Amino acid sequence: MGRPVAIVGTGHSKFGVRNDVNIAELAWEAMREAASEAGIELKDVDQVVVGNAGGWSSEYLSSIVLLEYAGISGKPVYRVEAACATGSAAIKAAHDAIAAGEADLVLVVGVEKMNESPTPIVVEMIGRAGNYFWEFENFGLTFPGYYALYATAYMSEFGATEEDLCRVAVKNHHHASMNPKAHFPRAITLEQCLQSRYVAWPLKLYDSSPITDGAAAVVMASEDLAKKLTDSPVWIHSIGMASDTSNLSKRPDFLVHRASRLAAERAFKKLGIELEGSYKHFDFANVHDAFTIAEILAYEAMGFARLGEGYKLVREEQTYIGGLIPVNLDGGLKAKGHPIGATGVSMAVEHVRQLQGRVEKGRQAEIKRGRSLAHNVGGTGHYAFVTVYGLDKPRRY
Amino acid sequence: MDEFMAQVEAFAEEMKRSMGLPILLDQKTGVAMWFDQRELRLRFAISIEKIRRFFEGLTEGKILATRCVKTGKIYFPPQVDCPDAPDSEVEWVEIPREGVLLTFTVINTKPYTFSHYPDYVVGIGKVAEDLNILAWVRGDPAKLRRGMKVRLEVVKREPEGYLTYEWVPVEEQG
Repeated sequence: MGRPVAIVGTGHSKFGVRNDVNIAELAWEAMREAASEAGIELKDVDQVVVGNAGGWSSEYLSSIVLLEYAGISGKPVYRVEAACATGSAAIKAAHDAIAAGEADLVLVVGVEKMNESPTPIVVEMIGRAGNYFWEFENFGLTFPGYYALYATAYMSEFGATEEDLCRVAVKNHHHASMNPKAHFPRAITLEQCLQSRYVAWPLKLYDSSPITDGAAAVVMASEDLAKKLTDSPVWIHSIGMASDTSNLSKRPDFLVHRASRLAAERAFKKLGIELEGSYKHFDFANVHDAFTIAEILAYEAMGFARLGEGYKLVREEQTYIGGLIPVNLDGGLKAKGHPIGATGVSMAVEHVRQLQGRVEKGRQAEIKRGRSLAHNVGGTGHYAFVTVYGLDKPRRY
Repeated sequence: MDEFMAQVEAFAEEMKRSMGLPILLDQKTGVAMWFDQRELRLRFAISIEKIRRFFEGLTEGKILATRCVKTGKIYFPPQVDCPDAPDSEVEWVEIPREGVLLTFTVINTKPYTFSHYPDYVVGIGKVAEDLNILAWVRGDPAKLRRGMKVRLEVVKREPEGYLTYEWVPVEEQG
C-alpha cells in the first residue's frame, strides 16, 4: 500500500570486462544516462540507493565513492545487499521510500566491478556465498555446484537433458546478439554449448553466466512528479519477496525453487493473478538465468509451466518472441552478463524500455497487455524477488 | 593461479623499476590498470564453542546432531537453540548413517583454496524426514544416481589432515 511509484529514467553501461574504468566511472555511465532520460539533474534527487555486493572490488564503502564522483555528496544514501538480487532489493528500497512519502525522487544505481579480482578468487568468493562453514569451508561447493545439485535432481526426475539446458543458452545468446550492451553480443550453437567443458557436472561453461563488470540506474518518482517529468512512466505494479535456507541441505528435494515460487505467489496475490497460467498476464519476462537450469526452474516457479515441464517450454521454443511468453530478450544473465549488484536494476531498465517499445529491432516484444515480470534470485534461492512492471497506473495500491 | 599472479607481480615490479609506477597494461585491450600494492589475506576464526560436542563426536567416530527436547525436531548442522520452543533445551543425538542420495555434482572448476584437490563429488543425502546431509561422495561419479543408498562415514580429510564426514555408496542388494 502507499503512493504509486514510477520509473521515469533509465541508464545502462556496456556490460563486459571493463578494465577501462574504475567503479565510480562505471556507475557514472549509468547514472548520467538515467538522469538525462528523466530530464533531471542528479542533485535534484531526494535519496540514492546503491546496489553493490562488493568484495571482489577495492572500494569498501562504494556508495560514498560513487556519490562523491557524481558530485552529490551529502545526499541520503545507503548500500543494499541481497547477493545476486541486490539490484532488485535496491529498487524495493527506493519504491518503499516513495510509496511511504519519504521521498519523491530517488536514484537507484546498481554496479559491480568483478574483474578487479582474478577469476579464481571470484570463483572462491561466490562459492563462499552459500553457507560458509558447513558447505564451503569443509566441502568446497562452488556456485555452479549449487545449481548443479538442482540440475542433477531435476534431470533425473523429469527427463530433461543437457541439450535442453543448452537450448536456454542458445536462446539467450540469440537475444544478446541484438543487444549491444550485452557482455556477449553474439549467437552460439547447441553444439558449441554441448562441447564446452564441465564446470560442475552436469553444468558446462556455456550453461553459466560470466563474471561481468557493469552498471545500471533508474530514476524513480512519485505519481505527481512522474506526471510532470514524462508522458510515459512505467509503474511498479507489485513486488514479491522471499528467502530460503543458507544450507542447501535444509531444502527438501531440489525439484522446486521454493523462494522463487513464494516470491511469485506474493507478487501475484497483490494483483489478483493466479500462479498457474500467469504468463497470460505478461508481454514478456526476465527470469534469473545465472545458470541454464535456473531459467527452467523459474518457468515452473513463475507458473509458466507445471512442475517437471519447464524444459519443454524451451524445447518447443515457447519462450522466444511469438511463443507462449518471450523470456530474457536482453540476453539474460547468461549472455547479457551478471554484474551482481547491477543485475536487478538492469532488468528494470530492460522492462521500462521494452514496455515503451524502444529496444533494438528483433528483440522487441509485442506490447499488448502492457505488463511484464522480472524475477531475480540472490544466491541459489537465498533471496528471491518478483517485480511486476506496467504501463498503466496500478489500480490496487 | 599462483604462477599467473607471480607473472603479474613480476611485470608490476618491472614497471616500477622502469617508470616508477606499478601500472599494468591489460593484455587484450592495452588499457592501464594500477596493480594493488596492498594484499589482504583473510582467514577467519569461527566460534564453535556452543557446538563443541559435535567436534568431540567426530573424534569418537560419531556424527552428532541436536534435538529439541520439547518439539523433537533434529537440527543439522547442529544448533543449541530451539526457535520453535525458546524455553526448551537441546540434547545431542547420533544421526542415522544410512541414507538415500538426493543429488550430486562434480566440482570441475575448483575454488582457489581447493585447487590442490583433484575434482571432487559433492552430494546431498537424506537420512530421515527433514534431515539431509551435504558432504563429499566417495567413488566414481558415473556410477552414482539419485535415489541410490549411501552411508555416512567419519574420515580424515587429506592433505589438510582433519576429521570430517563423507558419503560412501552402499552396494545395492540384488
